[in-house]
Amino acid sequence: MMSDSKKDCFAHGGVLLFLFALQFFLPAYHHGNMARIMVLASYAIGYNLLFGYTGLLSLGHAIFFAAGLYGSGLAISQFGFSVGVALVIGVAAGCVLSAVIGALALRTEGVAFMIVTLMFAQAGYLTVLYFGEFTRGDEGFVLAHADRVLWGVSLSDQTSKYFSAFSLFCVSLIMCLALVRSRFGKVLIAIRENEERTQMLGYNVVWYKFCTIILSGSISALAGATYALLFGYVGASFASVEYSIYPLLWVLLGGAGTVIGPLVGMIFMFYLIDLSSGVTTAYMLVAGVVLVFLAVFAPQGVMGEVRSRIWKWLS
Amino acid sequence: MDFGPYLMLAIMEGALTAAVLALTASGLALVFGVMRVVNVAHGEFFMLGAVLAWWVTQLAGGSPVLGFLLALCVVPVLVGMLAAFVDMTILKRINYDPERTIVATIGILYILQQVTLMTYGPEARPVAPPFNARIALPWIDMSDGTLRLYWPWGLSITSYKLFVIGAACVVLLGLWALMTKTKLGLLMRATEQDREMALAFGIPVQRIYAIAFGLGAGMAALAAVLIVPIQQAHYLMGGDPLLLSFIVVIIGGLGSLPGAILAALLIGLSDGIISIFFSPTLAKIFATLFVAFVLVFRPKGLWGTGKP
Repeated sequence: MMSDSKKDCFAHGGVLLFLFALQFFLPAYHHGNMARIMVLASYAIGYNLLFGYTGLLSLGHAIFFAAGLYGSGLAISQFGFSVGVALVIGVAAGCVLSAVIGALALRTEGVAFMIVTLMFAQAGYLTVLYFGEFTRGDEGFVLAHADRVLWGVSLSDQTSKYFSAFSLFCVSLIMCLALVRSRFGKVLIAIRENEERTQMLGYNVVWYKFCTIILSGSISALAGATYALLFGYVGASFASVEYSIYPLLWVLLGGAGTVIGPLVGMIFMFYLIDLSSGVTTAYMLVAGVVLVFLAVFAPQGVMGEVRSRIWKWLS
Repeated sequence: MDFGPYLMLAIMEGALTAAVLALTASGLALVFGVMRVVNVAHGEFFMLGAVLAWWVTQLAGGSPVLGFLLALCVVPVLVGMLAAFVDMTILKRINYDPERTIVATIGILYILQQVTLMTYGPEARPVAPPFNARIALPWIDMSDGTLRLYWPWGLSITSYKLFVIGAACVVLLGLWALMTKTKLGLLMRATEQDREMALAFGIPVQRIYAIAFGLGAGMAALAAVLIVPIQQAHYLMGGDPLLLSFIVVIIGGLGSLPGAILAALLIGLSDGIISIFFSPTLAKIFATLFVAFVLVFRPKGLWGTGKP
């Protein structure tokens, strides 16, 4: 009989192995979809660290995703940096931005925290529109195939696209898993469950929250930067309120506070919208109905229910 | 046109914005005050008011006056009833938990918006104003030491815009009377102050919540009916009123009605004046950052008497 901790590691390792093997079987259309899903799921993993584990509901994470997206996109289109440097610039942009916003927003809590993050993200979105000369606003800009080459490998090629997305997802998932199993992660969960008590035990709650915002913002920015490099499109819609709501939706659906939940929620939502957009243009209706149902019936999400009913050892 | 009349025009337009904003925001402030929840779908109730107003005037046929009057009476009631229904079916079930309410109302936002897109369509449609006479305004000119009254070209307001400002004042006075002079207002204020105690005194808190939520949405719909002859009805029109109402409610102190009305005046007037000097996007950036900083450094609002 394996220990619970080992089971947990094997389960997540199994998921990664499955995703790796999947690329050899998937038809072209779903192959491309899965690459996109893994990048966006990494974004959701970043969001989940803050929302699912620390209990801080941010309504403005799009600004971090967009910081990575525009940080690396503009580094290539405006300054002609190479892909590796652009990636670093994107992550650094998200890191700095999340430190600034975190320092300010953590002075508030509860509903005020949500509105403050929402307002900062809105200001970020408007800033993207305001500098339309460089960002080309809503229309966005495209990165040429020739500019998206890393170590001689073209990132616009199907196989390397899938593999890059998979690597990003691996990094995010393993980082998240290691984090929540560590001492640091346990403190975060303690903060979520009972903030006053954690403070009473002598932990510097605000410092832990601040570090988590930076970590969460940086992972989101990494996902954003990778998105720009893999799919070659940078547009203002990625900075809009919708892209702050989406990770909340994916995480809630998959299970807040579970490592694998963001991926499950992302796959579910992606194919739900994919199928319904074939039927109607009002496909966001599906998102709305799912949100209401989640809030009312399943606040724990899919993997949250699985954990509380079947696999109690899942982290 | 000189600077003076130009400013006067901006103030007139600002007063119109302020009037509509005060109505919308007082609805949001009412809901936040009584129920302690943030209704993210508030802007969609505004949008629904405008779209239903178009629909009612179409049904009424020819006469714009009749159609408009009908819309003014029927639409806020319809939207209010829908909101009360939403409260009883969804918000009640999640027990008004602040965070889950935000998630649920975001869901309601998308449902209302997308159902409107499916039924009403993506077009922006106008509603004919019931009356629309142009009223020229005089301006005082001081030259050679003598005062002279003259009518500069372009300085005018329509009778309908004046009516909107007047109507908003009347409705806000009515809301004030409702909150301070009637039994229902007393019950709402009691619930606002202490939910448990109100419950202990036999106040039907659940019903008061439904009424407050309906009334708040009705205020937004009323504001939309008033503005729709000036601005067209469109399924995405709820975003700006939501953002502006948020700003107003936060600056006025969360949940405080007089604070919200004062803040609406400030925002509406300064919006009219600022947008002359700056690009509207830049003005919006400053406004959103301003709200964020107010919340960070003055969490009780600029005139902070409201409870946090």
